[in-house]
Amino acid sequence: MKNPFKLLRKALYTQWIEKLLSTQQVYGPVQQGKRVNYRRIASPAELTDDFIIPENSVKSFVFPRIEKLFSFTGNKEGVSIEDKNLEAIPYKVILGVRPCDAYGILNLGAIFGWNPADPIFSKRLERTTFIGSACNKTDDYCFCSSIGGGPGNTQGSDIFLTKMETGDYIAEIITPKGETLIASDLELFEEATGLEKEKYLAVLPRRFDDSHMEEKINVVFDTPIFDEYALRCLGCSACAYVCPVCGCFDIQDETRGGKGQRIRCWDSCGSKLFTLHTSGHNPRNTQGVRWRQRLMHKFSYMPERLGVRGCVGCGRCSRHCPVDMNISEQLSLISEC
Amino acid sequence: MSNNIYLPYLVTIEKITEEAPGVKTFRLKFNNEEEGLNFQFKTGQFAEYSVFGEGESTFCIASPHTRNGYVECTFRQSGRVTTALANLEEGDVIGFRGPYGNTFPIDRWKGKNLVFIAGGIALPPMRSVIWSCLDNRPDHNEITIFYGAKTVSDLVYKHELEEWKNRPDVNLYLTVDPGGQTAEWKGEVGFVPSVVEKAAPDSVNTIAIVCGPPIMIKNTFPVLKKLGFTDDNIFTTLENRMKCGFGKCGRCNVGKTYVCKDGPVFTAAQLAKLPNEY
Repeated sequence: MKNPFKLLRKALYTQWIEKLLSTQQVYGPVQQGKRVNYRRIASPAELTDDFIIPENSVKSFVFPRIEKLFSFTGNKEGVSIEDKNLEAIPYKVILGVRPCDAYGILNLGAIFGWNPADPIFSKRLERTTFIGSACNKTDDYCFCSSIGGGPGNTQGSDIFLTKMETGDYIAEIITPKGETLIASDLELFEEATGLEKEKYLAVLPRRFDDSHMEEKINVVFDTPIFDEYALRCLGCSACAYVCPVCGCFDIQDETRGGKGQRIRCWDSCGSKLFTLHTSGHNPRNTQGVRWRQRLMHKFSYMPERLGVRGCVGCGRCSRHCPVDMNISEQLSLISEC
Repeated sequence: MSNNIYLPYLVTIEKITEEAPGVKTFRLKFNNEEEGLNFQFKTGQFAEYSVFGEGESTFCIASPHTRNGYVECTFRQSGRVTTALANLEEGDVIGFRGPYGNTFPIDRWKGKNLVFIAGGIALPPMRSVIWSCLDNRPDHNEITIFYGAKTVSDLVYKHELEEWKNRPDVNLYLTVDPGGQTAEWKGEVGFVPSVVEKAAPDSVNTIAIVCGPPIMIKNTFPVLKKLGFTDDNIFTTLENRMKCGFGKCGRCNVGKTYVCKDGPVFTAAQLAKLPNEY
């Protein structure tokens, strides 16, 4: 078998980023005050690797908070539509992508790829290259290893880098898109033997047994478990917005002086308005039912309909929850049923 | 040709019919003739209708698939988009995106008796099926229609009700809620389920199609069961809030079932398996 690992020297990594900057938009983890966010960079010096997980996920690169679907002009004299120009979508490279985030893109892709495939999402995905970065530390909220991921999981990354104590990187080229990205820089990636990725990865013990999650969550569907856990839920939707897989959206029109655009923007099943009928009837009429929908969608409906889960164990929803709800705690309870 | 799945057709309001207080029917013609000729749907399917600048709204296609060249929708002015629609005039242009969803399996109803049961503003989806069946009348056996509304003026498609009443090959029962009748009213007075119970349509070789407010559906199913209808022979539609129409926006699912992709047409047997989230 071909050795999957290549060696990327620290100095050459910087050089490579500078080359990337000359051809496309480059994003990566940047320290901003106490926070780290994936941000556009102009120089490799802006990047940090001293963090557990950025505040924002990489979802917005393929599914922006607000996406123009098309624009229109309308008045009494007539209406005309101008289609979205997909060719205007820029090529981007995202560096320092956490394994959970990259994995999330794959699962989000299942939603947007469900027939009919969404051409806007597809084009953004096609033009975004994700450079995964192994985790060497975790916190109490991380639970990727409990649901099929892990600190060295390469799924969803096009290239995956693991930093060694020397500051050099072990590089894995995962997808054809990754190969294309480095095609003209192959000399930077040395063939090497004896590289041991595992020893640079964080150790994250499993928090619960997920092996029968899809079954068990259906068994507890009609029990008070969700209601009890969601008593403190405010329905603020923060969990959905920081989630790398939450793909639910609203469609709205924005206009100014007869010209406007139809936009798609993030929405959340935790919001009371999400399913409210004009008549006042609401099929998901309590916060407990809405919380149940969130978990069922991720751990039952998506697996059954799309073959993937809607959660990658990044823990962001729990880190950002203003009332300290913790999805891995709820999943642990379910796994014990 | 764009592959943008969010892009609507442009259609012109050719005719507006005032059906009842706050309820209008639009006949819509495709601005691009070729798009109109190529457009096909099956009865039961729905679409997204939009006023540019106000947004999109989901309604069924209320015209039958047996009639080409136009589509019709009937809506009650109630929210932002329907209010904007209600303010439009003949000749105005709106957006139309569809068709989406599954259909009434009328090909499998050949040779059968059909009993249509509708309440209020839920006649539009059923009107599409009724005309689709009437346009191929020899395909079906007896056709019976029960339709009720709160008051006489709330009955929609008044001209068509008249037409059905005068057809020898249609049995029509019209009813209004107690107190909703006028001095001239010649139909029944009472709620739809009790009118159905009294008329007692034969369930042998018969399909029942029920569309109406949740309370009407809830009270009609037991009556039909008492008359001998099985859950597989009772059809209805679900209406949940939707944005995309194709399984992505996350609103309309009832459990693992997506009203937009798996519905909107369901049998009572399918409904019985769904969680109570509709």
